[in-house]
Amino acid sequence: MRRDPDTRGYFGEFGGRYVPETLVEPVEELERAYFAVREDAAFATELNRLLKHYVGRPTPVYEATRLAAEAGGARIFLKREDLTHTGAHKINNALGQALLAARMGKRRIVAETGAGQHGVASATACALLGLECHVYMGAEDMDRQALNVFRMRLLGAEVHRVDAGSRTLKDAINEAMRDWVTNVAGTYYLLGSVLGPHPYPLMVREFQSVIGREARAQFLELAGRLPTAIVACVGGGSNAMGIFDAFIEDRGVRLIGVEAGGEQIIRGRHAARFAGGSAGVLQGTRTFILQDDDGNIELTHSISAGLDYAAVGPEHAWLRALGRAEYAHVSDAEALDAFQRLARLEGILPALESAHAIAYASRLARELGPSATLLVNLSGRGDKDVQSVEKAIAKER
Amino acid sequence: MSRLAETFRRIKAEGRPGLVTYTTAGDPDLARSAAILEALDRAGADVLEVGVPFSDPLADGPVIQRAAERALAAGSSLRAALALIGQVRPKISAPVVLFSYANPLLRMGLDVFAAESARAGVDGVLALDLPIEEAGGFRDTLAARGVDTIFLLSPTTTEARIRKAAELGSGFLYGISRLGVTGARDRVASGAADLVRRIRAHTSLPIALGFGISRPEHVAEVGVYADAAVVGSALVSVIAEAGTAPDLVDRVEQYVRWLRGAAEGRTQHAHA
Repeated sequence: MRRDPDTRGYFGEFGGRYVPETLVEPVEELERAYFAVREDAAFATELNRLLKHYVGRPTPVYEATRLAAEAGGARIFLKREDLTHTGAHKINNALGQALLAARMGKRRIVAETGAGQHGVASATACALLGLECHVYMGAEDMDRQALNVFRMRLLGAEVHRVDAGSRTLKDAINEAMRDWVTNVAGTYYLLGSVLGPHPYPLMVREFQSVIGREARAQFLELAGRLPTAIVACVGGGSNAMGIFDAFIEDRGVRLIGVEAGGEQIIRGRHAARFAGGSAGVLQGTRTFILQDDDGNIELTHSISAGLDYAAVGPEHAWLRALGRAEYAHVSDAEALDAFQRLARLEGILPALESAHAIAYASRLARELGPSATLLVNLSGRGDKDVQSVEKAIAKER
Repeated sequence: MSRLAETFRRIKAEGRPGLVTYTTAGDPDLARSAAILEALDRAGADVLEVGVPFSDPLADGPVIQRAAERALAAGSSLRAALALIGQVRPKISAPVVLFSYANPLLRMGLDVFAAESARAGVDGVLALDLPIEEAGGFRDTLAARGVDTIFLLSPTTTEARIRKAAELGSGFLYGISRLGVTGARDRVASGAADLVRRIRAHTSLPIALGFGISRPEHVAEVGVYADAAVVGSALVSVIAEAGTAPDLVDRVEQYVRWLRGAAEGRTQHAHA
């Protein structure tokens, strides 16, 4: 299987470069710069040095025996991206792209953020490299992730409140792109997931693929074989692509992405693109999106800000079309329950995003029985979610 | 000769800058949007751009974003925009260019869209986030129905891509006078003349210049080097400010007559 998109940035019929004219040349400039550093040993050495000494890689793979015992079935292993510096996998990509920006001579960084994890990672990378950082964040997300907003400001970033549309991640991306199109010469757009125009979906996957490379070797060492299935949550889908990537050629390993089922799979109350969506173009790429009959983007809902988005990365759409990856969804209530179970049974607070993967893995563990092994990407830690979880639990009672 | 080609030929013959107006279909509602299009035609707008409201207008500034929100709230859509154009077409003489983001067009399906556009009397289509590289099949499908494909060119567009746009585009080429999103400004961007000169080197197609134009003197200034000036956000602001006022349509008509005043004043076409 070919792992790169074609020269126009397509993974099969998904991907491409649907941008306003002003951004065509900047995106091509980015592609040239990225392909140059991709072959550059000095760049890799510098990035690897930071990943090891600054981020704290490799992150461990940990067998969650008490979680598995309660689920009653398969063994469950967690790839601990929550233990990275800043507390989520987002830092892998943010550092890679910030290094690239610096190399391109762009000193002003714009980024979008949903849950705030990519914003914090970008602000961190910019502080480290002495770059100016502007983060766009939906007003609703700023309210539910207030702690991360304050973290970004402490790190020297300017956080811009976005009041348009649904006031969440999608609207933050629109605003970040408007900034980029206006200040294009000296500005680098540090996109946080495997979304947007080519080369972003490829580049972000490559910067995240360190997760799968580590996890595959670690799992083989721990379990003496490959896992039955990999489970990861999918918003845009960068943590999932990051861990799937190393296992694509291992045909016996099931790759399972978990989307946000929200309250229910009815219009506007979820973010499960593969359950309620269809092919379309949003924010630079052709992929599965949630849209109405007129081609307008539907509102989404998820308890987790990081999964609350109307489009999925184009490579996921392709892997699904090929039958190489499967996609499921988990409701707000199941994710909330998994959040509490992992805390109680393993002493780990997962991000609400990652709690979706935990919830699905627990379900799957029962289904597959004790001979199976599951590797779950625990993409981030849940400290940022403590307040919204408290509210949600109070509401449930 | 297409209606767009004929219009630009006439503008040139009259030795004046052309005026292209942008309004969003269904802003503030579909009935008044129809009345506005008729008023624009009466007031002497040479080409009417009609925007399809979209939920995520990432190339637009706040003024046109708000217009899209008003239009969507009033029930507008691509289908409604096509019906609107079909309804006013017999009453106006100016050519109509549909201005849209890609997704509504793709959702309808390009074949159906091209057929419906031709039937409604749409003269040209500009898809904002469908750059030349993605627009090949789109352009051919429209061309088969006699509808022009208008391409945008920006200060960041390379010579090679200007050549491609000149080759594939028809009707006219649309130059963006400056970087950024749509929005009115106090003066025309300094690089505008240079962009038009760069485009002119590769094509005999008419060139309209937009982004940031709001006053008669801007239209006159742009007319020195381009065939037409596009007024968008400033006109949409007039609509927004009038709101539900009974003289909304009159205000729009007066504004466009004021803009056209400068155009009438010129007798010598700079590159004629």
